[in-house]
Amino acid sequence: MRAFKTLTGIVVPLDRPNVDTDAIIPKQYLKSIHRTGFGVTLFDDWRYLEPGKPGDDHSKRKVNTDFVLNQPRYEKGEILLARKNFGCGSSREHAVWALMDYGFKVVIAPSYADIFFSNSLKNGLLPVVLTESELDELFEATFANEGYQLTVNLEEQSIITPDGKAYSFDIDTGYKNRLLQGLDEIGITLRDRDAIRAYEDKARQLSPWLFGDRT
Amino acid sequence: MAKTLYDKLWDAHLVKDLGDGSALIYIDRHLIHEVTSPQAFEGLRMAGRKPWRLSANLAVPDHNVPTTDRHNIEDPVSKLQLQTLDENCATTGIIKFEINDPRQGIVHVIGPEQGASLPGMTIVCGDSHTSTNGALGALAFGIGTSEVEHVLATQCLVSQKAKNMLINVNGQVGRGVTAKDIILAIIGEIGTAGGTGFTIEYAGDAIRELSMEGRMTICNMSIEAGARAGMIAVDQKTIDYVRGKPFSPKGELWEKAIESWRNLKSDDDASFDKVVDINAADIQPQVTWGTSPEMVVAVGDRVPDPGSEADPVKQQGMMRALEYMDLKPGIPVTDIKLDKIFLGSCTNSRIEDLRAAAKVIKGHKIADNIKLAMVVPGSGLVKQQAEAEGLDKVFVGSGFEWREPGCSMCLGMNPDRLEPGERCASTSNRNFEGRQGQGGRTHLVSPAMAAAAAIAGHFVDVRSFGE
Ligand code: SF4
Repeated sequence: MRAFKTLTGIVVPLDRPNVDTDAIIPKQYLKSIHRTGFGVTLFDDWRYLEPGKPGDDHSKRKVNTDFVLNQPRYEKGEILLARKNFGCGSSREHAVWALMDYGFKVVIAPSYADIFFSNSLKNGLLPVVLTESELDELFEATFANEGYQLTVNLEEQSIITPDGKAYSFDIDTGYKNRLLQGLDEIGITLRDRDAIRAYEDKARQLSPWLFGDRT
Repeated sequence: MAKTLYDKLWDAHLVKDLGDGSALIYIDRHLIHEVTSPQAFEGLRMAGRKPWRLSANLAVPDHNVPTTDRHNIEDPVSKLQLQTLDENCATTGIIKFEINDPRQGIVHVIGPEQGASLPGMTIVCGDSHTSTNGALGALAFGIGTSEVEHVLATQCLVSQKAKNMLINVNGQVGRGVTAKDIILAIIGEIGTAGGTGFTIEYAGDAIRELSMEGRMTICNMSIEAGARAGMIAVDQKTIDYVRGKPFSPKGELWEKAIESWRNLKSDDDASFDKVVDINAADIQPQVTWGTSPEMVVAVGDRVPDPGSEADPVKQQGMMRALEYMDLKPGIPVTDIKLDKIFLGSCTNSRIEDLRAAAKVIKGHKIADNIKLAMVVPGSGLVKQQAEAEGLDKVFVGSGFEWREPGCSMCLGMNPDRLEPGERCASTSNRNFEGRQGQGGRTHLVSPAMAAAAAIAGHFVDVRSFGE
């Protein structure tokens, strides 16, 4: 997993609630068997005017110039501002891969769907939660100032605006440490292999039917 | 201390408290499909790791499979993904149902059908509708691909305990009101983020009276209510359902198992973080009008007017949805004309769903404006059963297409999808923009309502249909 410590980057405002994972990365692209290459089709249905499919030359497709990702002022954005219940819908981790492949490293929203939230943390995409009214302020500032940037500091759990205003956010300590160090979660769990074996021995006694093969 | 069903399942699977708010949880059953697993197997290979416990896994292709000719998959990208699942299962030794095996089907349908999902288990799959399995009194939830890899490698997950929510559906539903209508009404009530951070237990007379398949429909859409998992306490119906399934315990083990399963219910004085009470008698057949499952009304209602919504964010969302759906506020739902009908998906593709739809259409023909009405059974075994009962003939006789099992037009990863602008009555679970095909418009309904709409060409109240 990619480690995250601090970042100063361009902010992209995606001003709609309940953005679902079908919108983040439409199903036709889920057929890939790799983790990369999803960035060009992030928000595909909103970003392009005609449907696309895997293998297309996406640079040749007609873009929807109204959509934020296509506006020059938001180019190279790394911080996505979003509204409530971001990432609802399916469990597809491709949504997180697409955001990261595009270049996003942080999402800031008032709330997230549970699976999207944990998928983000497992890949090193930082999902920050701020209140609705704090988000309103940030949206307003982003719309008002071209090239608007924020500094996100995970260690300090803070977001700093160009004029020095600080917003603080909460994050679970376990997640924070793993993100800061970019730790491989499977490796960490395997350190507990004895505990897993011990659990299995006990469970096999109590509920042997869970350990049989097909009968 | 009194425990909820969720507390009991959580405690029974706790391997280790990690001390930072998360815990290591043991996973009894891991179901695998072709879309969310390739990158997990790739990660495993790259790290030189092997599956921890092979027999805990069961794989099946479902999302990409064609529902017509199974042997000739035209889309090379779909084909590669299906082959990748074959290869990954072959090299690791994971049991997999082949595409032409009668046991193949939608992963959430075959788990319970095979007895691979049992009461008291923790069940995961790289798919959000894994919550379906909670109907058996199990803790079942969807995971992402990193977690798929984690479960393969360690048989455990690092997880945080959710809060407890109880949804009581009290009293009895009226005639013609199904499990799908109950869950849509619940989502309409609590919203698509209403269950975020919670595990939902569904209870009350109306839930207890549902068949196991109806309970699966309810738990299936927990994720549309924002909850990763939904569950229903074990009762005699649960035990009768599980008895004799291929993967179910037999003989002495069976006796031991059912004895322990009878405890799988919340203690009488268990406390929940949130309780929602719903009066079953108030629930009418439901139809979604917008692009989120919470945008739902009763069939007798009208498409709502954003003008009467006070919250500006909601109002904007409604306006956007109406535009996408090409609907005018205030029109009766029964005026909405349809182009396609889709009967299938892990929400409503089991035998009882097909029976309910067949009963409505028997002796009728689909309306002229319906370009395509299709039935996609949830599994090969559901299909066989339906054919044994002659339901396929009823469907085909009415003008429906009778297809091979898979996810199909629920998300249109295979060739079945809506064309831009087409409007569909669908028994699936998501009406997001573009879900069934870019520019497609989805209305979620029960199988009986979809069937009635196919005959009428527009939505009708199934309770007065045919009178
Ligand atoms: S039927 Fe639809 S919701 Fe269910 S698993 Fe398949 S794609 Fe997902």
